[in-house]
Amino acid sequence: MRNVAGMIEAFSLGKVFPDRQRPVVAVDDVSFRCAPGEIYGLLGANGAGKTTTMRLLATMLRPTSGTAIVGGHDVVREPERARRCLGFLSTATALYARLTAFEMVQYFGRLHGLDDAAIAGRASDLFARLDMNEFRDRRCEKLSTGQKQKVSIARTLIHDPPVMIFDEPTNGLDVMSARTIVAFVRECRAAGKAVIYSTHIMSEADKLCDRIGIIHGGRLLAEGTAASLKSAHGGDLEDAFVALVDAA
Amino acid sequence: MSPVFTIYRKELKDILRDRRTIISMLVVPMVVMPIIMLLFGGVSAKLVQSALEQVPEIMLLGGEDSPKIRAALASDRGLKLIPVAPDYAARISNKTLRAAVELPRDFDERIGEANATVPTKIYYYQGELRSGFAAEAIEKCLRDYRDKVLTDRLANRGLPADFARPLNTVRQNVAPPEKVGGNFIGTILPYIVILLCLTGALYPAFDLTAGEKERGTMETILSSPASRTQLVLGKFFVVLTASILTALCSLLSMTTIYLISRGLFGLALKGKMSLGTFTVAPGSVLAVLVLLLPLAVLFSALLLAVGTFARSFKEAQSYAGPLILMAILPAAAALLPGVDMSPKLAFIPILNLSLVSKEIFTGAFPWGYIALVFASTCLYAAFALWLAARMFNRESVLFRT
Repeated sequence: MRNVAGMIEAFSLGKVFPDRQRPVVAVDDVSFRCAPGEIYGLLGANGAGKTTTMRLLATMLRPTSGTAIVGGHDVVREPERARRCLGFLSTATALYARLTAFEMVQYFGRLHGLDDAAIAGRASDLFARLDMNEFRDRRCEKLSTGQKQKVSIARTLIHDPPVMIFDEPTNGLDVMSARTIVAFVRECRAAGKAVIYSTHIMSEADKLCDRIGIIHGGRLLAEGTAASLKSAHGGDLEDAFVALVDAA
Repeated sequence: MSPVFTIYRKELKDILRDRRTIISMLVVPMVVMPIIMLLFGGVSAKLVQSALEQVPEIMLLGGEDSPKIRAALASDRGLKLIPVAPDYAARISNKTLRAAVELPRDFDERIGEANATVPTKIYYYQGELRSGFAAEAIEKCLRDYRDKVLTDRLANRGLPADFARPLNTVRQNVAPPEKVGGNFIGTILPYIVILLCLTGALYPAFDLTAGEKERGTMETILSSPASRTQLVLGKFFVVLTASILTALCSLLSMTTIYLISRGLFGLALKGKMSLGTFTVAPGSVLAVLVLLLPLAVLFSALLLAVGTFARSFKEAQSYAGPLILMAILPAAAALLPGVDMSPKLAFIPILNLSLVSKEIFTGAFPWGYIALVFASTCLYAAFALWLAARMFNRESVLFRT
């Protein structure tokens, strides 16, 4: 098993949720690899196991079988170290309403072990890049959706992680806010980060991801570039997706 | 900076910016509670005082043929006779008449007989304060009259007045004022402080757990490198701070209000803290506060565990009622007469603290029991903290929405 910093590797990941009637298999024997400077898309319908896979990689959930290496750290044996190497963003990761934009970013900087001088320097750069200085000291509860997204981005980047995990980050966002996120994901790739991006939007996966894994019923059905998936199954990405799911 | 301290600092800032926390932690105990207590105490004292000062109007039923007893009742300054009406019972029930006294026929004549016992009857409204006072005033008047008749009967037989009083009992208090006051304070104070410790922890505990789930920030914080144990400890210390602050603020405000209401500013005795007519040694207060610390830990950790278990703030609130009741019952049990500290009771949380506090405030320091109460409460507190940490480590609970 290789331990490469800045890389994500899943090895036969599995997650079964206990249930009174019968256990629910949310993720079943999922393996993939995402290299630095690459966007790996996890494409699946609602309930396919995308969020559970993302939570397993972000160490919020513990796998019932298999493991994953995030930034060179095993998610089962070294969950805290793995979290130090990653930035996690989803529509479910809300902000603390009563903290200001800067306090929110500062809090996560401190949790990542940065000292206040380092946080100030890094935050100043991020706030300028994301055009956030206007609402730097405004409480998060008073920010617009787009401004909140920017704060979330700054929060995930404050410790400059080599690995980024995005779990359906554009869900429920308007076009402009979604574009900010997509642009940011591309920036991460350009900066040499390994990016995992889960979505159920075909066009988004097609445009953004270098390689795509199609997930259904907790299992990874196929993997490849958008072009290779399309040519293997004919038609566009949606046709390829439907063909794979129907065959499963 | 330790992650626990980072979390503590952020969570404290967060809850202090919430108006609801400020209301529950500072405004209620420091402003609302004292005002309610002062108003309630003032109004009830005024009502009792005015009921005592008012001369009760009563009716005298019968006794037209007995001028002596009539004169005795009429001349009593504590009673005011009004004309008789047949609906006296209804008037007493309607609270327009305080009480009535019924004398039998030939009262004066019969009481003049050497060996006669003459029955009298008082009509009143049981449970009604002013009617009770009127009945007591009638009884006192009749008692004085009876004593006078008895003295006359004894004198007629050439016997001294003490002949019919072979026993004379006088009550003498031997407990020093400190203990008398301590007993009162030791009974009531722990009850109040225990409740305040719980209510002070309630809102922040639920806000930092169930509230965090509801607002969607749980996933955000779980993606940080802080471990679950560090997260739960940071939150726990904030809840504990709120619990202790609420209790201390309440104690401070209640003492201040009490002193103001008694006009006793500047009367603090040397080496003692004066509480109105009672004096309590600072050492006793300190000892009880030290004993309260593990209980505050127990409450904070338990509420944190319950809040983490709940899906939403609303669900957490529905657990608050039974929790408060579970704290009130043992605290109130210590107020019952005859419930005293014993080796068995020393292991019952809350009740043990209430009982040992009672002893401490009276100046006694039962060190064995104090150690037992402290150790057992620490044990329960440690268990509650373990439970809270365990809850925070359970995926099924944390992602339960």
